[in-house]
Amino acid sequence: MTAAGAGVARVRPAGRALLGLSGLAGLLVLVELLPRAGIVSDRSLPPTSRILAALADEAATAAFWVAVGDTLTAWAIGLAVAVAAGVAVGVLIGAVPVLRAVTASTVEFLRPIPSVALIPLAVLLYGSDLGSTLLLVVYAAFWQVLVQVLYGVADVDPVAEETARSFRFTAAARIRYVLWPTALPYVFTGVRLAASVALVLAVTAELVIGAPGLGAVIAVAQTSGAIPTMYALIVVTGLIGVAINLAARRAERHFLAWHQSVRGEVAA
Amino acid sequence: MTGVLRRLLLIVGLPAALIVTWYAASANSENFYAPPLRQILAAFADTWTPERLRADVLPSLARLGAGYLLAGLIGIAAGVAIGASPRLRAAAEPVLEFFRAVPPPVLVPVIMLFAGIGNGMKVIVIVSGCVWPVLLNTVEGVRSTDSVLSDTTRAYGITGVARLRHLLLPAASPRIVAGLRQALSIAIILMVISEMFAASNGLGFTIVQFQRSFAIPEMWSGIILLGLLGFGLSELFRLAEHFALAWYHGLRDAQRRS
Repeated sequence: MTAAGAGVARVRPAGRALLGLSGLAGLLVLVELLPRAGIVSDRSLPPTSRILAALADEAATAAFWVAVGDTLTAWAIGLAVAVAAGVAVGVLIGAVPVLRAVTASTVEFLRPIPSVALIPLAVLLYGSDLGSTLLLVVYAAFWQVLVQVLYGVADVDPVAEETARSFRFTAAARIRYVLWPTALPYVFTGVRLAASVALVLAVTAELVIGAPGLGAVIAVAQTSGAIPTMYALIVVTGLIGVAINLAARRAERHFLAWHQSVRGEVAA
Repeated sequence: MTGVLRRLLLIVGLPAALIVTWYAASANSENFYAPPLRQILAAFADTWTPERLRADVLPSLARLGAGYLLAGLIGIAAGVAIGASPRLRAAAEPVLEFFRAVPPPVLVPVIMLFAGIGNGMKVIVIVSGCVWPVLLNTVEGVRSTDSVLSDTTRAYGITGVARLRHLLLPAASPRIVAGLRQALSIAIILMVISEMFAASNGLGFTIVQFQRSFAIPEMWSGIILLGLLGFGLSELFRLAEHFALAWYHGLRDAQRRS
């Protein structure tokens, strides 16, 4: 097993986990040593031990868990609204060819509009409330879902579609038995992308607008110069992000087991 | 001819209808936050004069371009190195997954500690957010290099730069482009966010100034400008992708047809 042969040499699963852990440990040691050796100032980057201590302190306070709860609430509500709206609009547009042709250019135009452009509007409409966060989260996540659903709907096998038509399936039955199973893998891709985008926008809204949640707590830690606490909170947002990614991937694998096993391709 | 006309109508129809509806519905708007579109358009022409564009939009775009380019170069270079070595990949994967999962805007306060609040900070913020999708996609692309091609190049003794140039980069390029596309939208977000934090010029800064001074039509015109910018950049990207990956799309179409 040589490391030089790209893509040929395989690292065994146990070895992989060990290497991964050593990579993480290396990062922690590096962050511990850099400030201790004076290579970077410990006011810019506190050593790992102090970040972990700050994390432990934070985890003991109720305010921290309230902030985590606020962030996750905004994330979950925003994602749910965006997925429901994205799937409904996507299936409707996809099922009616005329609608698809008419709306294509509008979708292409609205999709790349950066959601942060809406920050000033959100502040004026909702102040620093949950509403501001939700507006940004829903806007950003909605397009991710909608675009994937549209791809999925466009992927319907014409033979299956025509077969369903010649058997006089009703529109509802065609959507349920032909369109939906084809679009489902794309829907999951959209949900997975939307889940991580929703977290980014939730934290961003809290950080910039000051809506309650982890982002606002980070902003407070920054302005009050509590640097280790700030790092600890950033680590927490990263861990939440990893957890969301893992959960989304696991859900995808669970619900699409039939799809991958049948068609033998990775839905990505 | 009628075909062309029909397609044009399909493309312009709904957007035109929406704009007209907005214009008509808001014509007599008393709502302070939703001024008539007529007023917004007038504000747009007044606000985004050539001097304003040079003073505020150009610096934003320059920072965006510098950060995006740097992120692309770093991401591809590191991605090829990590993707080509299974051991390195196994060791780096959890760390990379973590950094990718950190919402990029929270890095703004951290980077302000290191780089102050100048142009450097904004470029580093953009790099630090954009590099992950490029890097991870490059790793995946290099990893999924066709094994027959890989063995063939090795059998012919093609190594080093030639292997990189003729095997790894072309094989990974569709994934690299996918990563670059994700990175583009992140770059625009971070450009705006970093300017909202601390800046004396730039689009994000200007729009927030308008909002804070309750110059609502001007704020709307800024939002519209940002939207146009996002749309324009994504169209530019699509064009570039069309040229760079023409061979790949052709190959895919051929495979699908057969």
